[in-house]
Amino acid sequence: MTPNPIDLMVNGVQHQLSVESEMPLLWVLRDVLGLTGTKFGCGVGQCGACTVRIGGAPVRSCTLPVGAVSGPVTTIEGLGTPEAPHPVQQAWIDAQVAQCGYCQSGQIIAAVCLLEQSPSPSPAEIEAVMTNLCRCGTYAQVRTAIARAAAALPASGGQA
Amino acid sequence: MSGGERKRGRLTRRAFLIGAVAVAGGVAVGVQQVRRPHPNPLAGQDAEPGAVTLNPYLLINQDGVSIITPRAEMGQGVHTTLAALVAEELDLPWESVRTLHGPAAAAYYNAAALEAAVPIPSWDHGWLAEGLRDAAGVASKLLGMQITGGSTSTADAYLKMRKAGAAARVMLVQAAARRWRADTAALRTEAGQVLDPAGGRQLPYTALAADAATIEPPADPPLKPRAQWRLLGRGLPRVDMAAKCTGTAQFGIDVQLPGMRCATVVANPYLGGSRGGFDAGPAEAMRGVERVVDLGATHGDALAVVADNTWRAFQAARALEIDWQPAPGISGDSAAMLDAIAGSIDTLAPDATPRDDGDVDQALRIARAEARPAVKAEYRAPFLAHTTLEPPAAVALREPERLTLWCGHQAPTLLRDLAAEQAGLDPAQVDVRVQFLGGGFGRRAEVDFALQAAAVAEAMPGTPVKLTWTREADIRHDLYRPAAVARCTGVLDRNGLPETALLQIASPSVIRSFSGRVGLPAMGPDKLITEGAAMQPYHIPNYRVVGYAPASPVPLGNWRSVGASFNGFFHECFLDELAAAGGIDPLDMRLRLTRDYPFAQAVLEAVRELSGWDEPVAQDDSRRRGRGLAMTHSFGSTVAQVVEVSDGADGIRVERVHCVADVGLALDPGIIEAQMQSGIVYGLSAAIMEAITFRDGRAEQSNFHDYDALRLAQTPEIRVRILQSGDAPTGVGEPGTPPSKPALANAIYAATGKRLREYPFNKHVRFA
Ligand code: FES
Ligand code: FES
Repeated sequence: MTPNPIDLMVNGVQHQLSVESEMPLLWVLRDVLGLTGTKFGCGVGQCGACTVRIGGAPVRSCTLPVGAVSGPVTTIEGLGTPEAPHPVQQAWIDAQVAQCGYCQSGQIIAAVCLLEQSPSPSPAEIEAVMTNLCRCGTYAQVRTAIARAAAALPASGGQA
Repeated sequence: MSGGERKRGRLTRRAFLIGAVAVAGGVAVGVQQVRRPHPNPLAGQDAEPGAVTLNPYLLINQDGVSIITPRAEMGQGVHTTLAALVAEELDLPWESVRTLHGPAAAAYYNAAALEAAVPIPSWDHGWLAEGLRDAAGVASKLLGMQITGGSTSTADAYLKMRKAGAAARVMLVQAAARRWRADTAALRTEAGQVLDPAGGRQLPYTALAADAATIEPPADPPLKPRAQWRLLGRGLPRVDMAAKCTGTAQFGIDVQLPGMRCATVVANPYLGGSRGGFDAGPAEAMRGVERVVDLGATHGDALAVVADNTWRAFQAARALEIDWQPAPGISGDSAAMLDAIAGSIDTLAPDATPRDDGDVDQALRIARAEARPAVKAEYRAPFLAHTTLEPPAAVALREPERLTLWCGHQAPTLLRDLAAEQAGLDPAQVDVRVQFLGGGFGRRAEVDFALQAAAVAEAMPGTPVKLTWTREADIRHDLYRPAAVARCTGVLDRNGLPETALLQIASPSVIRSFSGRVGLPAMGPDKLITEGAAMQPYHIPNYRVVGYAPASPVPLGNWRSVGASFNGFFHECFLDELAAAGGIDPLDMRLRLTRDYPFAQAVLEAVRELSGWDEPVAQDDSRRRGRGLAMTHSFGSTVAQVVEVSDGADGIRVERVHCVADVGLALDPGIIEAQMQSGIVYGLSAAIMEAITFRDGRAEQSNFHDYDALRLAQTPEIRVRILQSGDAPTGVGEPGTPPSKPALANAIYAATGKRLREYPFNKHVRFA
């Protein structure tokens, strides 16, 4: 009854997990690896609170079985820290985006992926990609932060 | 301006009296608790070694000064603003300010004392009120009218937090004077230090704290004049921002403890239903599942599944076989409930008549006799859920003679007391550790989820248990914003101005539902039913607002702005209809009706300018465009909004919102602007697309696919202008919500000619 161990790379660290392959990545991150920065909001792919980056793309981890993860995973914890934030996190801090803050891990990951694909996204691109739900209504600040990050990223070497 | 002040004073005092009547009973307990003097919880046996405390808000150790912000941060910036009140008087540099949620471990059970010592009848601060729902504060929320009015209490809170800082400053200066044998008058404070300019000396507070602690605190320390404020009155970087942008802020759902188990609950889907048998066998046989706990009748016959991770608990919960039974005799259909609420206007005696100017009956008789037509309209508002993005979640640990709870909560002392009762403990043996709240909106003033966690922990002594609700559970088992119906009748005078307005508003009572749940008595009329319609700064010669309180099988709770969340819609849509009937511009009409209330006139004039109201609506493309106006006075603040919409082949687009808010005194304009935007997005989301409906006794919605809210693409640009007509801060967290729905409805009318008298509007029109 012990399934084959599952290999998972998260924020540059390799893990071997003995969990069901159908267990959603979200719960592996939160309850098995203790990475609680990635949030549970709906469990059905509707809100984006659980967004992580896999292979450069934003993925809603609540509906992705861990066995189907196709590459290294980056969570909010893998981007930066309060002392050394990622440029997009810094833009978020400068624009004072967060209110309750619960959606912001997912928003930031989605924005990081967007800016990697499109370093100066148009309003239409932003609207198409930034579909994460924020019950506190911080959308105006999210737009501002993305604009700031877009301006800052080339200066900081475009790293992500 | 002073005329406006006087008017406001009159308006609010009246509101206060009415509010006080409304809450006899339950609230008094809370008020006494808040007013009781308490020992400083930072002092005594549990104090941090090497740290010095000068009062319950300050902890000074070698590393610096920490300001205690023992209030729930749910996004409204309360930690930042509370800290700024103290830091301002203490002359602390903002970069150095550190905040603490409250003392940890054993000392924390004194959180109640700490909260009580924070002398805040907190409900009087909109911007605080969201976060400050302790036992009194919860009831406070029920005290909607007092919130509207109690400007004295607001001033009290805003005063005493600064006094804490000022008193500590005096003590630190005296300590330095003693050390240097100098005159205190010759010393100054700056950037966390006491300076002696003549002697060229300086000492940091950290070096003086121990001496200062031996000095008797001054009873009435002088406060800085407003002109000398460095921190208050400007937008400060929020103290919680970096943590929330790096995934390191800990919400209730994030708490992890060694050996912790993860649980979820399955509750009866039927309103007032019961449970036949259940079979836990298949669930208990699943991998990682530890046990199923029957939480019993006090928790609505819910069953909890305990597993080694949350996902396994969720999976096993689905495998439970439970024979749920609907309640006999409960009509579980929301359309019928709405009809019954409307019908109560004909069949029930009024619950309250908080406004009754002139003689409405006679005016209507005369109008009939003169064959002047009455304007009549009936409006409806649905049941609503809160859907905080963090679902209800709490961690509980039961140990001998001790219960510890970790969660985001708006009412920690109420939770503590009820959890103690449930566990058979003294409240002093219960420790509620408040975490960041992933949204509150009134949902986290409820104790249901945390008491469930405590009940599961009771069955598993020594094992910490995290209980997480699914989103489906959250939407199906919320304490809902009540549905409401308003029947409005108006007559115009010869000039087309309202001469008579009668608003009959029926809505099941939130106070009674809440009081029943938490075992507090509720007596007297429920003024929340008419809040946001009754106490509006308008003069109409014959003006009556009546509330009716029909019974409801639906459990009800406080939802951002409570009664004003539907009454702003009713009142302001009806005024728009009256203006249209009289052929008067809606803004001009309001200016004429608010002549007695200069503060409201100032708000209207400002929104006229901000929105370009006098310029013609652009008609430069194939879209039909329109603007709508609404104004609501709630939680002490007056907020007017102009919404711009356009209508085209793809449907209606909300293009822009202009918002003017008179918040008395603006402590942090950045936070206030964000709160206005937040309240508007919350209100527009409900207006456009939210409704909880019941069929056969069950809520029909279950997740964001059928109970959604605005996303970035649909959210309009929102411009905010802040006015300050007072000497003390008034509400900010909630007052942005009430005018948003009517302003949108009125804009849709202006653009399309279609009157929407019921929301959500997507039942009636299509949105882009
Ligand atoms: S939790 Fe994954 S999308 Fe909502
Ligand atoms: S900041 Fe609260 S949900 Fe987005």
